[in-house]
Amino acid sequence: MVATYETKTDYKVIGKSPIRHDGLDKVTGRAIYGGDVKVPGLIWGDVLRSPHAHARIKSIDTSAAEAMDGVFAVLVNDDFPQAEDKTIDTGEGNVNLRRGQSNVMAFDKVHYKGHVVAAVAAVDRNTAQDAAQAIKVEYEVLPPITDVDAAMADNAPVILEGLVGDHLGENVENTNVARVFRHEFGDVDDAFANSDLVIERTVSMSMIHQGYIEPHNATAIWAQDDNLTVWSSTQGSFGVRSQVAGLLHLPESKIKVNYVEIGGGFGGKTVVYLAPIAALLSRKAGGRPVKLVMDRTSVFEATGPAPGGKIRMKIGVTNGKITAADTDLMLEAGGFPGSAVGAAAICVFACYDIPTSRITGYDVLVNKPKSAAYRAPGSPQASFAIETVIDEICDELGVDKIQFRLDNAAHEGTRRGDGVQFIRVGLEECLVAARESDHWQAPLGDAPAGKARGRGIASAYWMNGGGKSTCDLMLQDDGTVMMNEGSADIGGTRTSIAMQAAEVLGIPVEDFHVSIPDTDSIGFTGVTGGSRTTYTTGLAAYNAAQKLVVELKGRVADLWETEIGKVEFADGTFTANGDSIGIQELAGKLDPTGGPATSTSSVNLAEAGNAYGVHICDLEVDLATGKTDVIRYTAVQDVGKAVHPQYAEGQIQGGAVQGIGWALNEEYFITDEGAMANKSFLDYRMPTSLDMPMIDTIMVEVPNPLHPYGVRGVGEVPICPPLSAATQAVKEATGKAYYELPVKPGRILEATNGD
Amino acid sequence: MATVFLPYALRKYADGAEQVDVPAKNLRELIDNLEAAHPGTKSHLVEDDRLKPGLAAIVGHVATRRGLLQKLDPDTEVHFITAISGGML
Repeated sequence: MVATYETKTDYKVIGKSPIRHDGLDKVTGRAIYGGDVKVPGLIWGDVLRSPHAHARIKSIDTSAAEAMDGVFAVLVNDDFPQAEDKTIDTGEGNVNLRRGQSNVMAFDKVHYKGHVVAAVAAVDRNTAQDAAQAIKVEYEVLPPITDVDAAMADNAPVILEGLVGDHLGENVENTNVARVFRHEFGDVDDAFANSDLVIERTVSMSMIHQGYIEPHNATAIWAQDDNLTVWSSTQGSFGVRSQVAGLLHLPESKIKVNYVEIGGGFGGKTVVYLAPIAALLSRKAGGRPVKLVMDRTSVFEATGPAPGGKIRMKIGVTNGKITAADTDLMLEAGGFPGSAVGAAAICVFACYDIPTSRITGYDVLVNKPKSAAYRAPGSPQASFAIETVIDEICDELGVDKIQFRLDNAAHEGTRRGDGVQFIRVGLEECLVAARESDHWQAPLGDAPAGKARGRGIASAYWMNGGGKSTCDLMLQDDGTVMMNEGSADIGGTRTSIAMQAAEVLGIPVEDFHVSIPDTDSIGFTGVTGGSRTTYTTGLAAYNAAQKLVVELKGRVADLWETEIGKVEFADGTFTANGDSIGIQELAGKLDPTGGPATSTSSVNLAEAGNAYGVHICDLEVDLATGKTDVIRYTAVQDVGKAVHPQYAEGQIQGGAVQGIGWALNEEYFITDEGAMANKSFLDYRMPTSLDMPMIDTIMVEVPNPLHPYGVRGVGEVPICPPLSAATQAVKEATGKAYYELPVKPGRILEATNGD
Repeated sequence: MATVFLPYALRKYADGAEQVDVPAKNLRELIDNLEAAHPGTKSHLVEDDRLKPGLAAIVGHVATRRGLLQKLDPDTEVHFITAISGGML
């Protein structure tokens, strides 16, 4: 069964904030990213993308491109190995091989504007771009479907022909709804009928993008012996290996993915787009290395945004207690099935102890890019929906918004909406910390002339991930430690992982040299995502360190000619029979005892132990223009144990800012033709540091019983509460409720109508 | 005896019951015994002698990574839910 731990409290390393191991390389520009990869004989690839959001491909003529000087290879979907309509587990999630190939390069239809239809490899980037544009494609343009209402309408054009939808266990053909599922407990309708107050609202939100600065890229060499070497910006090298192996029908042992640093991913770099194309182009080009780098337009138009959609939410209350809840979650999967609606369903009621509930999820195809993970996928949308209604309930009842949440808070023993019971969780502690915060206690203050102020509060949940990770430790003669771990470093995870081994060994973390090797050189390790890395790979490091201590006890017994059972280890020192030796001094004496001391550990863990966040947002609305300015923001979060408090705080601040952007500014502005109109960072308005006040953080530490140091995941839940916290602040400022995101100036002016 | 919280789509095989008690030492035996008592359920849970892709089993309070090999305490509860995914194909 699952191991539980009695959490430590006295730490030497955990809870400090040492300088990150990769810091110098990154601030001096020495760190190697995917775009920096240069290998001898490198040629460039480029792709041709569909100008239509929905169209049938009638013909592709590549002859002009093939005839161009400097062109080495032209690729169309027929060059991919025949894929079965079969779903495989890549170790990172499930991929339907045929759909996966079809998303990388269209078969017979394009499902969104920007969908790749062909690719070329040429002597340089300009030639590749010219050759790609020389490919002639004849389309039969079809009407685009750009929202869930249109997709779910009777007689709607079917986007993915041949799709058989699973609707509550029944097979349904000719549908754009890939899946309908439900979690239901108790007599929901009866509970509503007996509730004193029932509020029902429908909210909607646009697709939004993760907005990572570094665009997708891939370089590949398909050698004559069919060994494939890949470099790609990714949150997980093994995920690239698994997906490329599945899509190209290659054994995983034939593929080596080299680690490169990542310039942001936030979930969006868990899916392959370019690596299979680079690989096949390399093979067609006689094994020449081929590199592709996306431009920003392609990143927006063709790589996984977070789903938009629509959520109906109904809550019943009696005597201040929630008695019933019912929701329909309709999320946009994009051009192929697979939105985050399953995760949304897990999260939607998880902040509350609700005796009777029904959750129905709909995975809906639309002619937009295939959605991908984005920081707590599905939870921000779900949080926005329920917190909007909870806020109205509090207003209706005239009760304190924190007290109402405390009265109904999920706690140990509460069942989530999917029926799963919580172990120890820290929502109540977060709510109390929020109530006692300087921010909540402080008055909102008077707004300047022409402006109005409001305060919003919201809570949210993310379950956090576990999964597979590997860590190797090698004690050096000089007492330092070489550490290999398999997780892509995002947010300083090299250091937060090393700190957990350092705590066990009693060796300063500064004496660790941490490497992230290629996939040939470390055991399988899942993506850096799901808030799993510090927890899971950190536990692999902890276990490896514990194994190293056991190994070293044997060496000490050998050196001192005593029994291993008499050797003790504490605070970095071995003792036996009155003798003692520090671990770093011991390292130089190991040769006669068997030489190098190493250890390795692989783990496959259950989820990391549930994260909650409660955010408070103060903002100002310019009543003439509708412009919003966040003037104060506090994010409270149960982090379990902050291994590296500065990094944990940075994750919370970054997530909060992304959530604020989602609430107030960001959207895919889609034209009637199904095209994204705002496909640059000039027009896709993400908040910058100049737009934001300091995001204050309050880290609550309710230890996770599944980890020896009490670690929970940190990185995802902070993006969830801002959607409602900021929206409710605008509501308080303007006196108008908002049910559609983003709450942009135009919507505010429309709502206030010159009030 | 494990308590199985039936996914909504499987309740039709058990006269609408939200949960059923099933004797089993491990998850494989539980699914077999569930099928014996409520025919039609197994094909929704197992494919190629493993949990179906996209399905997660929660045993007690947390998702098991041991699949059908997962041992069961006598009074544990079992849930079958959609595996957490950010949107794989």
